Amino acid sequence: MAPILEIIDLKKTFPGVKAVDGVSFSIEPGICFGLLGPNGAGKTTTIEIIEGILKPDSGRILYRNQKRGKTFKEEVGIQFQNTELPQYLTVFETLKAFRTLYTRKAKLDWIVDVCSLTEILDRDNRKISGGQKQRLLLAIALTNDPELIILDEPTTGLDPQARRHLWDIVNGIKQSGRTIILTTHYMEEAEILCDNIAIMDYGKIIDKDSPKNLLARYGEGATISIKSETPEKIINAVSCNVYMVDDTIEIHTDSLNECIQNLAHAGADLSNMTVRTPNLEDVFLKLTGHTLRA
Amino acid sequence: MLKRIWIIFLSRNREFYRDRSGFGWNIIFPFFIIIGFSLIFNQNERSEYKIGVVGGENNIKKEISLQYNNFRKSKFIEFLHIESIESGKEKLGHHRIDMLIDPEHGVYWKSESSPKSYHAEKILQAGYYQPGKESFIAGTVEGREIPYIEWLFPGVLGMNMMFSALFGVGYAVVRDRKNGVLKRLSVTPLVPFEFLTAHIMSRMFVLFITTSVVYAGCFLIYGFENRGSYFSLILIFSLGGFSMISLALIIAARSSSEEFAGGALNLLSWPMMLLSEVWFSLEGARPWVKNVAQLFPLTHLTDGVRKIMNDGASLYDIRYHIIVLTAMSVLFLAAGSILFRWRKAD
Repeated sequence: MAPILEIIDLKKTFPGVKAVDGVSFSIEPGICFGLLGPNGAGKTTTIEIIEGILKPDSGRILYRNQKRGKTFKEEVGIQFQNTELPQYLTVFETLKAFRTLYTRKAKLDWIVDVCSLTEILDRDNRKISGGQKQRLLLAIALTNDPELIILDEPTTGLDPQARRHLWDIVNGIKQSGRTIILTTHYMEEAEILCDNIAIMDYGKIIDKDSPKNLLARYGEGATISIKSETPEKIINAVSCNVYMVDDTIEIHTDSLNECIQNLAHAGADLSNMTVRTPNLEDVFLKLTGHTLRA
Repeated sequence: MLKRIWIIFLSRNREFYRDRSGFGWNIIFPFFIIIGFSLIFNQNERSEYKIGVVGGENNIKKEISLQYNNFRKSKFIEFLHIESIESGKEKLGHHRIDMLIDPEHGVYWKSESSPKSYHAEKILQAGYYQPGKESFIAGTVEGREIPYIEWLFPGVLGMNMMFSALFGVGYAVVRDRKNGVLKRLSVTPLVPFEFLTAHIMSRMFVLFITTSVVYAGCFLIYGFENRGSYFSLILIFSLGGFSMISLALIIAARSSSEEFAGGALNLLSWPMMLLSEVWFSLEGARPWVKNVAQLFPLTHLTDGVRKIMNDGASLYDIRYHIIVLTAMSVLFLAAGSILFRWRKAD
């Protein structure tokens, strides 16, 4: 199937920083494409170049096999990372105002229903919660009934409940056949929502594939997590990859039994130990050598 | 395109009237100024007077020379040379001077409605008086004199328009750029021309409503009259408002710092307020000050409105102000549009 969006060798430099350094990827229609990376990896710069806010130094962007034309703004829905809403307007007035700016229009009832806004329609924008605000910003991104929706870290700063609510909404939008580009640094979010993922760091794409294939490729073995007051003892006991993630030691090993025996011989306190199969966070650690939220 | 302009226009208006404090301030502030100043002048608080002196001071009438010299030594009084009695009376009638005096013939003229003129007369009389001795005699000003409040009113209205236009547009656009609202709008089909047009229309609408309310309120309180046509008045107010909104758009074209915008707007508004003859006449001021004042749209708005309201001037009579305000509007709007950016600089 022909890609809905194709990014070819995109480069963007800010004074002293190569923000995007030869990024290329393509997105098939109807999927949720995740752009993963820590803060400063170049995700937002890449997204803003696609949105037309920033001009690239070089590279090409093809939308439906053509350069983005005047109709691109009509066909794309965008939710920024940090945006305030117009003051003194209600949720309904805000939706209506943004909808009027487009020739293409989604049905208001559908937007309100999909984004669960019915109960707050008459509320002033200044009086809605963080989760409600993100849902409204997502609803604004849907007002033009877009083919392609770009969501830049839509759940950052939300509590777990609000985050899960937004995931349900994004899943619902995905079911309607629209293409979604999602940037995030939450691995769980990417695993749940994304069909394909590109992992970015220092302005480059390190690898890209489906979460399943990435895990198969890089996620052999197991991850042991230990909270310990004597991390040196643990680090010296094992010969495999060891990372500090916040206050927890994470050991990636292909020989689980041998690793645990070594830890026990070294006298490490294993009472707080957990063992799990690798996830995308582990894949990222393996690929970049540092954590996503570093 | 019209739908997009209309919806931004509506949104801006809603923001304005739902911001109760801002809305109330726009309506109430000019009332406070007018009422406050009328009270201040009734309580004889002012201490600075401008006296127009007609003719030379070489041939002062002998009988009143001591009185005149004492008057000239008084503090807080500025003496200005006036070419002729007729121009002096005209300036007196329009409160550009507080008293006209002709020392050669021992005559003075005062304004009947001006508290400052009353005080100046008292100071002159106190300078020297002996029963039976000759002193200055009071002349009469022929024709209609403009009540002081009617001279003050156009300036206060103009000043209120200036603050509303500069801060209402300049500050709002900068705030929306800072918090990302403009960035969000930039990825919609809305183009800068539509956005700026909607902002100008919305603020013109606000200015029209608030100015009408204040005009009607002051008309009811003070009962003054407009001696010119209302069409002329609306036209000059519209041009003045438009030019000052356009000026605000230059300030708001790129900045995302409310502090910078606030400083820049104050830098514009304060000199305009002081030099555009809102509160006091620039009669006797140095030529360069008068020339600088000509660069301000508020000067032309205030002067034009005064000529219409106070003198019944026609559009032809105030063509200079109309041409200047139109030219300023076009210049400022073009500059503001060219400089405009949706988002803050990287």
